[in-house]
Amino acid sequence: MNRLPLFDRDTWQEIFGTIRKHKLRTGLTALGVFWGIFMLIFVLGMGEGLKNGVFRNFGDRAMNVLYVWPTATTVPFEGFRPGRYPRFTLDDVDFVHNNISDIESISPRRTLSERNVVVGDNTESTEIRGEYEDMIRLEALKVYEGRYINERDVADKRKVAVIGERTRELLFGDDTGIGQYVRIDGMPFQVVGSFGPVKIESWTEDDMEAIVIPLTTMQQVFGGGQRIDYFVCSAAPDVRVSLLENKVVKALKERHNIAPDDPRGVASDNLEEEFGSIQNLFGGITAFLWFVGIGTLMAGIVGVGNIMLIVVKERTREIGLRKAMGATPVSIISMILIESIFITSISGYLGLLCSTLLVGGLDAIMVAQGTNFENFHHPEVDLSVGIGALVLLVVAGAVAGLIPALQASRVNPVHALKDE
Amino acid sequence: MKAKIGVSWSLLHLINRNHPIDKMISLKKIRKAYRTDFTTLEVLKGIDLEIASGEFVSIMGSSGSGKSTLLNVLGLLDDFDSGAYHLNGESMKNLSAKEGAHFRNRLIGFGFQSFNLLSFKTADENVALPLYYQRVDRNERQKKAREYLERVGLLDWADHLPTQLSGGQQQRVAIARALITQPKIILADEPTGALDSKTSDEVMGLFQDVNDEGITVVLVTHENDIAERTKRTILLKDGLIEGDQMHMSTAKLSINV
Repeated sequence: MNRLPLFDRDTWQEIFGTIRKHKLRTGLTALGVFWGIFMLIFVLGMGEGLKNGVFRNFGDRAMNVLYVWPTATTVPFEGFRPGRYPRFTLDDVDFVHNNISDIESISPRRTLSERNVVVGDNTESTEIRGEYEDMIRLEALKVYEGRYINERDVADKRKVAVIGERTRELLFGDDTGIGQYVRIDGMPFQVVGSFGPVKIESWTEDDMEAIVIPLTTMQQVFGGGQRIDYFVCSAAPDVRVSLLENKVVKALKERHNIAPDDPRGVASDNLEEEFGSIQNLFGGITAFLWFVGIGTLMAGIVGVGNIMLIVVKERTREIGLRKAMGATPVSIISMILIESIFITSISGYLGLLCSTLLVGGLDAIMVAQGTNFENFHHPEVDLSVGIGALVLLVVAGAVAGLIPALQASRVNPVHALKDE
Repeated sequence: MKAKIGVSWSLLHLINRNHPIDKMISLKKIRKAYRTDFTTLEVLKGIDLEIASGEFVSIMGSSGSGKSTLLNVLGLLDDFDSGAYHLNGESMKNLSAKEGAHFRNRLIGFGFQSFNLLSFKTADENVALPLYYQRVDRNERQKKAREYLERVGLLDWADHLPTQLSGGQQQRVAIARALITQPKIILADEPTGALDSKTSDEVMGLFQDVNDEGITVVLVTHENDIAERTKRTILLKDGLIEGDQMHMSTAKLSINV
């Protein structure tokens, strides 16, 4: 027999009764909250799209990838004079891989520039890259057709080649070229696939044109011994790449007899810092969007509070009567609060639904149409944002209804009943 | 003076011998003033009044005499400044809002000049309202509401909205609502004020029936013929009791205090 008023049919009958009586007024009030939450979620979704767009330009490598290459030393050390170029070899790569923890994957690269590449009557001059199979992941490139080089290719020193998309087009036209042979400096290599960047930018031109072969094959066919130009490695999850960088550089300096305090000798680069500053920027943008969105929502909530005040005023007589019939202040407060929370929750939920559908629909259309904006990609609404917004709505509804509800609870039945 | 009052009580005892004479209402030196920023208006200036269980009392007086205020104090709709008020043996001094609501709900049934039915609720829903605040189950409420509507002869109108009912019917619905909690006392402010004489007659008949069941009825009126249908009339003037008069159906008994 004792129930919360929330689960009582009468409470809801009251609320629906009031709403039915004042459809337009309730509708306009609800619109305020609807619009508030709609804008909040929409701008946050768009902000997320902007963020995803900018971070996509970094590619996957941006987050945890480190480039390491040799440069001339500047400090004399253990009998060595400054200006010496250390030479990186595959042994260095193996050494780093085996002795430094927190490395997820590693790949060396050696580049031969401007090599003659021939298919039938077509001749091109392009860059040849000798790599390990992990490089495609480290550089966040993608396979367009066929496959990339694999572990077996590297181990067996196979004469296989993966060609950049633009070079493929120049050499093979409409054909994928897979299974055919391409002559590099007169040596035949079988084409196994084509590759290129995820997104074409001015700085990814080289990736469109290069030809990749196993580094082991390169060493055997074109000579050059164990030498490599540089290597790329990625940090294990939850490891800051800048910490890994320090370890790798320190180990290589030791290995190549370079003074620990020499600022050069072993050069390295990662995008953690830039990544971090952009992340901060977006943190700021997101905070601003929340501020604007919540401001809009607040306006809607003030609207609800205002309307509830009018509702209480209009129903003074009814509230007075209810008090005469034995309604306690708590039951009056809960009646007004539930109504307020109901209006804000329903309209806010609809706003949440509509904006999520709009953001999701926009994303789906962009995917379906293959639309590619420079700095906008995959707008999305985070689940936590949605849940946060819902909690906010219920709290907002309660806040909006609180003052009117307290006012209602103070209604003096004597005056209320006199109110003709 | 005391002796005269004693006579009146014993007479009442003779008239209503079926009802026990215990004190339903006891007021001692009740004072009530309304204050604004500039003035203080004393409305009740020290009311002493006792109403026994089962009495049928009317309160009369010119406008501004304090009769409605007195009824509001009796109904716990308004508080009083000083004095003592016992209802059904319990002190009504310094009640919290919740306690007040509880006593109103359990002990008192209200009647109003303008009926005060909720326009968006049907007759039976209106009647059931006080039971909602007793947290009575919905089906049980509806069953009881129909029972009480039948008692006032309006069962066929249970599903009608107040606007579809005549004034007399609305007042009967309001009386059914007042009775549904089986109160000890019915308080009504000008219950016939908005009704024609024939309908007033019917409504007074209903109050008489209620009183015959032993429920104390106190109503405020300014109509002599309504007051004469009660068994006792209290006359207020300027916030004090000026007269307390017993009626008998055949011979009228007047005792001036």
